[in-house]
Amino acid sequence: MKSLGSIRKSFAPWNDPAATPYIRFENVTKKFGDFVAVNDLSLDIYEREFFALLGASGCGKTTLLRMLAGFEEPSAGQIFLDGQNLSGIPPYRRPVNMMFQSYALFPHMTVEANIGFGLKQDRMPRDQIAARVAEMLKLVKLEQFAKRKPHQLSGGQRQRVALARSLAKRPKVLLLDEPLGALDKKLREETQFELTDLQQELGLTFLVVTHDQEEAMTMADRIAILDKGKVMQVATPAETYEAPVSRFVAEFVGSVNLFDGSVSAREGSVASIAYGDGLTIAADNAGDAAVGDQVAFAIRPEKVRVASRKPEAGADNVMSGEVWDIAYLGDMTIYHVKLDDGRVIKSAMLNSSRLVDDPLTWDDRAWITFAPDAGVVLTR
Amino acid sequence: MRRIFSAIASRVVIAVPYAWLLFFFLIPFVIVFKISLSDLAISMPPYTPALEGLRDFFARLSEFDLENYHLLMCDLLGYIGVGADLCRGGFSTDFFERPYLSVAYISSLKIAAVSTFLTLLVGYPVAYAMARAPQSMRPTLLMLVILPFWTSFLIRVYAWIGILKPEGLLNQLLLNIGLISEPLVIMNTNTAVYIGIVYSYLPFMVLPLYSALEKLDHSLIEAAQDLGCRPLSAFWKITFPLSLPGVVAGCLLVFIPAVGEFVIPDLLGGSRTLMIGKTLWSEFFNNRDWPLSSAVAIVLLLILVVPIVLFQRAQARAQE
Amino acid sequence: MNNGLSRFNLVSLVAGFAFLYLPILLLVVYSFNESRLVTVWSGFSTKWYVELFSNQGLIDAAWVTFRVALISASVATVLGTMAAITLTRHLRFRGRVLFTGMVFAPLVMPEVITGLSLLLLFVAVGLDRGFLTVTLAHITFSMCFVAVVVQSRLLTLDRSLEEAAMDLGATPVRTFFQVTLPVILPAVISGWMLAFTLSLDDLVIASFTSGPGATTLPMKIYSQVRLGVTPEINAVCTILIAVVTTGVIAASLLNKQREIQRARDEQAARQEGG
Repeated sequence: MKSLGSIRKSFAPWNDPAATPYIRFENVTKKFGDFVAVNDLSLDIYEREFFALLGASGCGKTTLLRMLAGFEEPSAGQIFLDGQNLSGIPPYRRPVNMMFQSYALFPHMTVEANIGFGLKQDRMPRDQIAARVAEMLKLVKLEQFAKRKPHQLSGGQRQRVALARSLAKRPKVLLLDEPLGALDKKLREETQFELTDLQQELGLTFLVVTHDQEEAMTMADRIAILDKGKVMQVATPAETYEAPVSRFVAEFVGSVNLFDGSVSAREGSVASIAYGDGLTIAADNAGDAAVGDQVAFAIRPEKVRVASRKPEAGADNVMSGEVWDIAYLGDMTIYHVKLDDGRVIKSAMLNSSRLVDDPLTWDDRAWITFAPDAGVVLTR
Repeated sequence: MRRIFSAIASRVVIAVPYAWLLFFFLIPFVIVFKISLSDLAISMPPYTPALEGLRDFFARLSEFDLENYHLLMCDLLGYIGVGADLCRGGFSTDFFERPYLSVAYISSLKIAAVSTFLTLLVGYPVAYAMARAPQSMRPTLLMLVILPFWTSFLIRVYAWIGILKPEGLLNQLLLNIGLISEPLVIMNTNTAVYIGIVYSYLPFMVLPLYSALEKLDHSLIEAAQDLGCRPLSAFWKITFPLSLPGVVAGCLLVFIPAVGEFVIPDLLGGSRTLMIGKTLWSEFFNNRDWPLSSAVAIVLLLILVVPIVLFQRAQARAQE
Repeated sequence: MNNGLSRFNLVSLVAGFAFLYLPILLLVVYSFNESRLVTVWSGFSTKWYVELFSNQGLIDAAWVTFRVALISASVATVLGTMAAITLTRHLRFRGRVLFTGMVFAPLVMPEVITGLSLLLLFVAVGLDRGFLTVTLAHITFSMCFVAVVVQSRLLTLDRSLEEAAMDLGATPVRTFFQVTLPVILPAVISGWMLAFTLSLDDLVIASFTSGPGATTLPMKIYSQVRLGVTPEINAVCTILIAVVTTGVIAASLLNKQREIQRARDEQAARQEGG
């Protein structure tokens, strides 16, 4: 498998065997009555990493975050932060701070008092508090709103107050619970970049919980994809997309076409996968799939080409069908092609020129092709 | 035609309760006010304005003077001990020398204030625990708080007589377990009145407190703890300030009716427990001095106007 | 995600509810006491209940009270519902502030003042004190309680239900009777029950506004309580408590039943729909 780097090329402590993890979840289980929210989960996160926990609601990601913050105690297992075992330490003694999904701004306090709240708990001298609060206000560009109450702020401003408040105490780790969930789309996109810039600038470890894969991919160095309290894959955004380890991850992140079949032949890294009625796919990146294994071949829509003319002989992986549906999105067009064996394949074609030289329309005969190394073979 | 019918219907919906409340709530106060300005001799029963009609009734009342308010003022001056020369002649000297209305007003306010505070002390932990209880238990707990409210006030006060009197159940229990050797004298004291008020008005305190505490976003407490606040300190810095609207509503709901309370001081209090509701009752039923009791009622209302307006504001704000 | 109660909260709840219920419980227990001495237990007996039924004065008072409560609760429910609609739906009309004040003030008005002022009104208009005047007085103060109960339901009612009805051609009057009323009916019914028990329980206002021949049960109990605690009174009180408690619990159980049924139906619908 090719190594796919992170966004920050130089930063990859998880590939360094000598690096010690900063946050360590060790066989952590959390039960609420009969419900197992987190199931024997282990996870390492490194210092200065921007780490995202991604999953659908109920996958255990928020519980994991709350256990690190100290609001829940694990039913079993241990959590370490910077070498310290956190078990039994109450939330108000933990060197982590959290930005709540609802922001949890104290409605009866001004912006200033909210940001200074944590410092006041540490009995910091008043002038130092004032200086730190001013610094934080400047950081989130809210200097002129210091005296306002939370209800006098817009949603985006509230979000920044919450951020400033949780950063004021210089936590070892900043926990962010759906930090952008309450913002509208445009503001969300802007804030994503602001958050990553801020994290780089401050050199802090960020642990973010989100259900939005785009958000996770834009911001995070690494993503852990969670399902039913278990980690399905931990990898960089590019790896989770290009090299998913299981059907679940392939389907969860982005859109995918899946062909279920079995390995009929194996030659080096290339496998032939038999599916349907005597049809085969040539697939590179077959991993350790052996002849006879039940596998799924996964290929992303943008890696499938669709054309109205039959490709020349000798091309790999050619299938024919007719155009079933077309969605024109401006920058690209999504084709749903119904193959002769009945299955529907999605293809995303970039509209790189204004005049479409190969106009395809509904019910047209169409051929789809893809390179053997464009997809991955999934054994799980 | 239909539209006209609808317009009429909506007028009727406003007009009927409006007219009812004007006639049975507002006008009675005007009458009380009028009578408070008339003399004892004129309106002392048996008087039968029914025979003379409404006009005569008001015509006679128009010969009003401030006699009753003068008496009340003398009562207050006598209580404070100044202005003897303002209270010469007629009854006013009596009121000046033996003030009892001011005593009753002030003691009512004091008893009401103390019991309101005690009710808050008892009610807050209950409301807090209810708001923290699992979601599934809350309707049942709420029901348990409301249920006594449906039971007769009189019965609930009466129930305490059997408990508090010298040979009552509380004393029996305490004597039997050897905690005391002499029966406690609680019945017919102010303590009994406090207990009665706290007991009777507890639901009025718990309900607004509960609704304020239940609305409280628990993540605020978590945020405070996350920022280094210990649980007790988080309570005083976050929970309590944010429950203040509930505290205010609950205190007013207890304080206002407690000031004018009659049944509790009458049944549980002693002869030395003076409360204005009791005084008004005896002035009206025993002394049959209608004008003076009307004046007493008007002054009581004036005293309560501030808390009542506060209460209405709070209600109106809660509506928005 | 609080899964249980902390010890402090549990103690608060237990102590609080013990305080609320123990006195009533003791009263009920001692109504079955053999002895005339109320505070000395000397064996189980229902003889005080038997004696009650030969006390014509009490039975008459109970009958008066029941009729007053029935009539006043019903009228108060109609008026209170109208007042609630006015408060929530007619946000601008002349005198709205006064109206709001008149609805909320009786809730906290000391009963002695309400009683006195109503009595003086009845005297002024020459209405003889009796059954009618008590009923009128009870309607007046209980309609305000009904108004508050119904109003709080109306505030949470989805306005688009009414708008949909009118959009489909229903007049406002029809909309009210065919859409709004059925939805707020539980609140109206609990308003009625509240008005009924308020009337059943009232002593002070009834004492002012009632006349000869219209002595209510609380008045009767009060005059006897002043003479001391007796097992008969305990028995009367127990019956009253039983009636009210049964009513309230039955109503809330019915309500809960309906909610459970509804939740079950919704669950079934979800499963059917996939």
